[in-house]
Amino acid sequence: MEILVASAIGLMTAVGIYLILRLRTFPVIVGLSMISYACNVFIFASGRIVAGLPPILSPDAAAYTDPMPQALVLTAIVISFGMTAVLVMMALGAFFEAGDDRIDLDDGGAK
Amino acid sequence: MSLALIAALPFLGALLPGLLIRVSRTACATVTGSVTLLALIGLGLHAPAVLRGEVLTTRFEWLPQLGLNATFMLDGLGLLFAGLILGIGLLIILYARFYLSDRDPMGQFYTYLMLFQGAMVGIVLSDNILLLLVFWELTSLSSFLLIGYWKHLPEGRQGARMALAVTGGGGLAMIAGMLILGQIAGSYDLSVILQAGDAIRASDWYLTALVLILLGAFAKSAQFPFHFWLPHAMAAPTPVSAYLHSATMVKAGIFLMARMWPVLSGTPEWFWIVSLTGLFTMVMAAKIAFYQTDLKALLAFSTVSHLGLITMLLGFGTKAAATVAMFHIVNHATFKAALFMSAGIVDHETHTRDIRRLGGLRHLMPLTFTIAAITGLSMAGIPPFNGFLSKEMMLEEAAHAPHWMIPALVCIGAALSVAYSFRLVAQTFLGPQRDDYPHHPHDPGIGLWGAPALLAVLVVLIGLMPMTMATWLVDAAAGAVTGGPVQVKIAHWHGLGSPALWMSIGAVGGGLLLLGLHGPLDAIWRRMPRPEGKRIFDALIEPFARLSAALTGAVHDGAMGRYLWIGGATMLGVGAYAFFTGGHAPGTLPLTPVDPIAAAGWLALMVASAGVGVLHHQRLLTLVLIGVIGLIVSVAFAYLSAPDLALTQISVEVATVILMLLALNFLPKTTPRESGHLRRGRDAALAGLIGLGVGGLAYMLMMRGFAFPTIADYHMANSKALGGGTNVVNVILVDFRGYDTFGEITVLGIAATLIFALTEALLRPGPANDRLRNWRNDTPDAGDRHPLMMVVATRMMLPIALMVGIYIFLRGHNVPGGGFIAGLVVSIALVMQYMASGFGWTAARQKIDYHGLIGAGVLIAAATGIGSWFAGRPFMTSTFGYVEIWPLEKFELATAALFDLGVFLTVLGAVMLALSSLTRIAIRAGQTVNTEAYDMQDKFDRETH
Repeated sequence: MEILVASAIGLMTAVGIYLILRLRTFPVIVGLSMISYACNVFIFASGRIVAGLPPILSPDAAAYTDPMPQALVLTAIVISFGMTAVLVMMALGAFFEAGDDRIDLDDGGAK
Repeated sequence: MSLALIAALPFLGALLPGLLIRVSRTACATVTGSVTLLALIGLGLHAPAVLRGEVLTTRFEWLPQLGLNATFMLDGLGLLFAGLILGIGLLIILYARFYLSDRDPMGQFYTYLMLFQGAMVGIVLSDNILLLLVFWELTSLSSFLLIGYWKHLPEGRQGARMALAVTGGGGLAMIAGMLILGQIAGSYDLSVILQAGDAIRASDWYLTALVLILLGAFAKSAQFPFHFWLPHAMAAPTPVSAYLHSATMVKAGIFLMARMWPVLSGTPEWFWIVSLTGLFTMVMAAKIAFYQTDLKALLAFSTVSHLGLITMLLGFGTKAAATVAMFHIVNHATFKAALFMSAGIVDHETHTRDIRRLGGLRHLMPLTFTIAAITGLSMAGIPPFNGFLSKEMMLEEAAHAPHWMIPALVCIGAALSVAYSFRLVAQTFLGPQRDDYPHHPHDPGIGLWGAPALLAVLVVLIGLMPMTMATWLVDAAAGAVTGGPVQVKIAHWHGLGSPALWMSIGAVGGGLLLLGLHGPLDAIWRRMPRPEGKRIFDALIEPFARLSAALTGAVHDGAMGRYLWIGGATMLGVGAYAFFTGGHAPGTLPLTPVDPIAAAGWLALMVASAGVGVLHHQRLLTLVLIGVIGLIVSVAFAYLSAPDLALTQISVEVATVILMLLALNFLPKTTPRESGHLRRGRDAALAGLIGLGVGGLAYMLMMRGFAFPTIADYHMANSKALGGGTNVVNVILVDFRGYDTFGEITVLGIAATLIFALTEALLRPGPANDRLRNWRNDTPDAGDRHPLMMVVATRMMLPIALMVGIYIFLRGHNVPGGGFIAGLVVSIALVMQYMASGFGWTAARQKIDYHGLIGAGVLIAAATGIGSWFAGRPFMTSTFGYVEIWPLEKFELATAALFDLGVFLTVLGAVMLALSSLTRIAIRAGQTVNTEAYDMQDKFDRETH
């Protein structure tokens, strides 16, 4: 299971990094979303992964999962939505302002 | 009133103008003035004790480990300065109300002014030199805002920048000097340092500290060679000039020298550096002032000259001279503020400050003339006004100086001062009336002349009755500076044997002679080469500006991909270095077994992720794949024992995909292939390596136990006992880490407000708006914009969805759910209404403003946190109890639930504001979103007829 989670994190990060290196706004936004997924899962996994253990206190439960990373990731998910929304708006604004969706400035040397 | 509160009041007051300007300009000015008045009254309540010789202190531990404490002290010197700052501040607020034109943003002005006022009061009340330095730098920053208030004027911006560079740079030197002082004295508290004068003067570091501190003080008080910034700061509106250059900003340097006087003075170094700098500045600036043609420039240089005079007096190092310095500070503040305001009135009425275009105004503006004449004569040192008294006393002190050059030069300076003062009054108001003023002048209303008139009355009263009007304050201040009781005798007549009398007569005579020769002298002066401070400053600054421009240009060339590549490669390199050089324990944990469902989910996730990488040129397809990834991630959370995360992820996923779909509607539907093989290969290699690194790290992390005991156990053990809930994740969010959550919802609210602001900017007339209007939809529309089935379904679903939202919210404390998830669920239910029934229909039925929701949410959360103060507990301590209301079962009420309500409202407001902003763009783009109420009845009618 750990191998699956780690490989998924790795692939999502790689795709995310590749996309944020593209030249248009849309892939960059998608890439950042991918990196957010990977980061959230990474932080979550830092509590070590377990299947079928509750984070809810009850007299019947023998063991619990680690609630701390879950709380951290929960707000991170919502915040990353907020940031994605801001980026989308900036991209739209830039698109209408400049007439295209390139992310490089005109005097940029990269081709 | 606590001293800390007096210092804090102006800062609190700085928050009000921005709000009250929406009511009216008068309300804005009144409230701003009231705050200042309140602080002044608070100060006044302490005055009797201070005048009796007591020193009041207020102490808050802030960072005691660093020796930085919020310690405030009020003695005679502080009282004098704080009184000037607040008193003249009050008059300036009144004056500015009538001076600023309708086009000037008045709220901003008062906010800057109050920030500045607070910083100044902070300086003069600080008992900790580190705290003093904080306020010192704050005055540099806030005066930058004030001087550059007229942002559209290049002179304003340049003047502000120069003032910031010079005074801020001096401040840096002063920090170093103060730290040395603190090291020698062993404490950063002024009261301790002031007792350590002997040790400091005997220290090897004395001269270094002295020079560094004086650099800061001279830069602030515009002493040579830093005098050049002050005249350029005259580009500010006149109320700013009157405030900064009569009572406050430039007096800060004087204050500091007076404050440090018991510690630093009394050595030959102090005497020669300070008194000669002051003397030279006084004479030089008086000479320049004599030749100025701009009223405010003349006053600016005269201010520099008078500051030089006060500096020189402090430099003499005698008790008597320091006392005279205190007296002249009062006098200069009164007459100079009034003169600046009079110059402002002349400018306001005639639309010019050029002395060559003025003259003969005495009949047209008799009131202004009277004020300017009284204060101008006081500046010249003519009896019986207050300037005369302090000038006589100053001449007396100079006559006792150890070198004959000093009284001689002082006489020349005094003569020049007489000359420029007379010239100011005579050439503006006397002479024949002209008929070519740019604007026909007359006296303004009381709003403008009231403040300078009051000051002029003070000038006369102090001049006539110095023993009643001023000595109590001067004694207290001088006593605080010199560290012993002072009883000054101020008299108009010292007898024929007094050298000051003859020096004074000589100065007046010389001044009149100079005035008579002004024409020919001016012609000579204009032909002489003279160093221009601004040009030298610019020449010094330019290489640095060019260097930083070149550096920025080279590093920051606009190619985003390059920055990100360099950043990514750096992180990879640093990470790899850390990993391969550091050690790590072997993995000991067993692998968790995999079942087929998990494997299938993994496969789908991997395929979808790879698909995004390969197919990202097809944007719509990419979005579908992103949806798949989000879905699997949320299922994975559920599978891996995180139900709260699963619920959050899946509802965020819906909102994200809707948002991106709305945006994609406008953006191109495909990404062109632009980068060559080489670039793609390079990027893929970096991405692959980083992915490998992150994945490997995650794997190694998961295979090892915790290096430190985890804090989760504490939360598990106390969730029920302290937080009153069994859902530990929710209790952590709303209770244990409630402060973090509070910060996070605030960020969310800011993000949503930012989105709204971006939308507003886009909808304002401009190129972007034009493009938006001309935008053509390049994809075919669906046949039916509002499919009947979806409309019916969503409307029926709405109450159920809201119910589910409330249910999830209420149960959140004990089982998965809570404010975040409930907020997302409800917003999705509302968004569905927009999508199915159209914007107009929904907007017509939705009465609550989303901004209001965000604000209410953050406020409720904050109020819940503050509520615990009233129970005597720290911020955000929650409490809970059980209540029983028949016929319900016994249930729990927790303040954390109220906090969670704040979270709920903020999330709901933020998501809805973000999505509805996009819809507003769509409407502007001319999409046929039905803006009118769409109803099923209409549709039915249309289809049946």
